[in-house]
Amino acid sequence: MLQFSFWDILSNLLIATQWTLILSAIAFASGGIVGLVLLFMRTSRVAPLEWFTKSYIEFFQGTPLLMQLFLFFFGVALFGIEVSPLTAAWLALTLWTSAFLTEIWRGCVEAVPRGQWEASSSLALSYIEQMRHVILPQATRIAVAPTVGFSVQVIKGTALASIIGFVELTKAGTELNNATFRPFLVYSLVALIYFCLCFPLSWCAKKLESRLNVAH
Amino acid sequence: MSLISIRDIRKSYGPLEVLKGVSLEVEKGDVFAIIGRSGSGKSTLLRCINGLETFQSGVIVADGIEVGGARTDLRELRRQVGMVFQQFNLFPHLTAAENVTLAPAVVNKIGKRAARDLAAEMLAKVGLSDKMDSYPSQLSGGQQQRVAIARALAMRPKVLLCDEITSALDPELVNEVLRVVEQLAREGMTLMLVTHEMRFARDVGTSLVFMHHGKVHEQGTPKGLFAAPKTPELQQFIGSIS
Amino acid sequence: MIYHLQLGDLLPYWRVLLDGLIFTVVLTVVSTIAGVAVGTAGASARTFGPVWVGRCVVVYVELIRNTPFIVQLFFIFFGLPALGLKLSETVAAFLAMTINLGAYSTEIIRAGIEAVPKGHVEAGMSLAMSKWEVLRHVVLKQAFRKIYPALSSQIIIVMLGSAVVSQISAEDLTYAANFIQSRTFRAFEVYLVAAVIYLLLAIAMRALLRGLGRVLFRSAA
Repeated sequence: MLQFSFWDILSNLLIATQWTLILSAIAFASGGIVGLVLLFMRTSRVAPLEWFTKSYIEFFQGTPLLMQLFLFFFGVALFGIEVSPLTAAWLALTLWTSAFLTEIWRGCVEAVPRGQWEASSSLALSYIEQMRHVILPQATRIAVAPTVGFSVQVIKGTALASIIGFVELTKAGTELNNATFRPFLVYSLVALIYFCLCFPLSWCAKKLESRLNVAH
Repeated sequence: MSLISIRDIRKSYGPLEVLKGVSLEVEKGDVFAIIGRSGSGKSTLLRCINGLETFQSGVIVADGIEVGGARTDLRELRRQVGMVFQQFNLFPHLTAAENVTLAPAVVNKIGKRAARDLAAEMLAKVGLSDKMDSYPSQLSGGQQQRVAIARALAMRPKVLLCDEITSALDPELVNEVLRVVEQLAREGMTLMLVTHEMRFARDVGTSLVFMHHGKVHEQGTPKGLFAAPKTPELQQFIGSIS
Repeated sequence: MIYHLQLGDLLPYWRVLLDGLIFTVVLTVVSTIAGVAVGTAGASARTFGPVWVGRCVVVYVELIRNTPFIVQLFFIFFGLPALGLKLSETVAAFLAMTINLGAYSTEIIRAGIEAVPKGHVEAGMSLAMSKWEVLRHVVLKQAFRKIYPALSSQIIIVMLGSAVVSQISAEDLTYAANFIQSRTFRAFEVYLVAAVIYLLLAIAMRALLRGLGRVLFRSAA
């Protein structure tokens, strides 16, 4: 059995952490784009679009992320397409993220006081003009804190990609544990690294939220 | 022809009827002061006129535009009928000048230079020339409400609806707003105000409307009605607020 | 290339799925009760207890909320035995879920406690009630009524997260699905069925919790 020093373990974990960050970033970005599209569909007042979006959200919020990962990993393979764990994880995380972000953002639009709608409509602005000039600018300000907060969930979600074989931080931990038989040390380090990634973002989100509340 | 013609308006929220057949004729240059207890339907009536509320039966015609029909051009209606709210409802992410110029720029499509001039003119009118680039959060309640008035005036409406515009203000700030409205009245602006400011109603109003349980209970000149209320309800109301 | 769902192949294994579902439900119920108890204790200690206890609670909460559940699970199941504490899969799963929900509910309940007007606490103390009596009879009841929806949501989130315990071979619904998949090779079908079962479970839990809320908080505020 190879002898792994503390620094061997740590450096291996840190290398794998890059993949955690990469997957988190691309899933968050694509999830955000899909989420925006869903937001417009959800508020479009076109019944079939609204119904589809509601069902979509219900499914991705009401089933375990792990199940979604499995479905994507095995499901896509059914169509004969070879999909790598990274791709499957990225796809699953994108849709999962989009379902949560669109609901968060819809809440932010609804948090804009009704008086703003009344004042802008009294000034003869159309729905699109109201959204563009009055409502969305305010909704975006409200949305920054919870969106940053959700990025933490995405990072934690990437840990599940290890189960379908993607080598990120958690998978590296599992493999190192199998190689070194030092689970306490390995998983402590894994947890610590996740903490270092997530805590600053959580702290940021909290600060942003309290700053927003003070301003009102 | 009256500028605003309200005929037998009935409105219900579900089983609760809040307007039970209201009729009023508003001529150009009139200053209508609408008073009454809370729940009498005053604000609802005002909000029916510019289409913020719908009504079940009756007719409202404002500046020749019929309100409430399926084909009502709300955009055109709201160009001619402006509104100022109790809670100001200024756009917090825009400066005072930007608040004033948003609708003219977007709806009437006036250019940037014309917009800036318009903002200067309107804010000067309400006495806030030095606050053009201030944000609402930097202004007092009275200043915010005056910006709201400037914002509504920037569309050059024929009628201005004021829904309890001083009720949310600290007492010492009420006068600065009332003075602006008084000036507008003197310049011949047609105004409909839901208000609790009885002295203002008596001094500036041309017509007083006392609403009770969703109907126009008494109507007449302010001085006349205050001096000699005909019905016990109005007597009681005047007594309770003196 | 069209693929036809072969759900029929799964039928002989319905019992396996049922057993897995029961495990998931029992695990969720037990961890929920324990987790909310931990949360109540944590929130109370944070707001009314000594400062050093409050700091420990903060560390606990932030540690759990900023690390993935699967890592917490692995730490408990694989890491603790190295310190001499060996646990079965079921116990480890239960412990991990309780600790996880405990941290989130501490935060949620704390928000509820802080939303109770200070005046109520002062009134209670003026009536000669001790800090803990005030907490128990005046504060917690109001706090819970306020945060009940948020807490219900979190419970369902933890239930969905429980799918991960299959990774330490705890025999939950996901484990059952994995088992059936290895026997039938109908991966897509079995995971689709499992996902739907989870979804129905989530919907049922939401309705149940809502009904429970109506019973618990029946009196007007």
